[in-house]
Amino acid sequence: MDLEDQGTIKKAVEDNGTENLVVVLGSPDAESAEIYAETVTKGDPTFAGPLAGVPLGLPVYHILEDRIKELVDSETYQQQVGMMEFVLNKEAITAAMEKIRRQ
Amino acid sequence: MLQGKKVICIGERDGVPAPAIAECIRTAGAQPVLALTQCFV
Repeated sequence: MDLEDQGTIKKAVEDNGTENLVVVLGSPDAESAEIYAETVTKGDPTFAGPLAGVPLGLPVYHILEDRIKELVDSETYQQQVGMMEFVLNKEAITAAMEKIRRQ
Repeated sequence: MLQGKKVICIGERDGVPAPAIAECIRTAGAQPVLALTQCFV
């Protein structure tokens, strides 16, 4: 994740607190989902950005996960996510997200 | 899980962009507080 975005996230967390805050990702593959998830839970894994050594510990999910899809209006989901649900590797992304949440 | 929560949406141009995530989570009763779309070109 680029350094500027890390700074923006850090500020959003400072402004809103962590208690009621959740992160939802839209990454195209399991690897990038894992990196983003790690960045907002344990801190920047590259130790280069503002979130280096900052374990935010935020709950993190991916928009393709069924547990999120079930909560969203089905017509809106179809319009906004639609085809990407079939194009992307949903199973691998879901497995990566479950793995990072278990850690 | 999302009802009443504030959400940071981190989308990606080659995946699902942040505005699409924000639109979805609004219908689940959540409030997007930040929407970032990563782009690697």
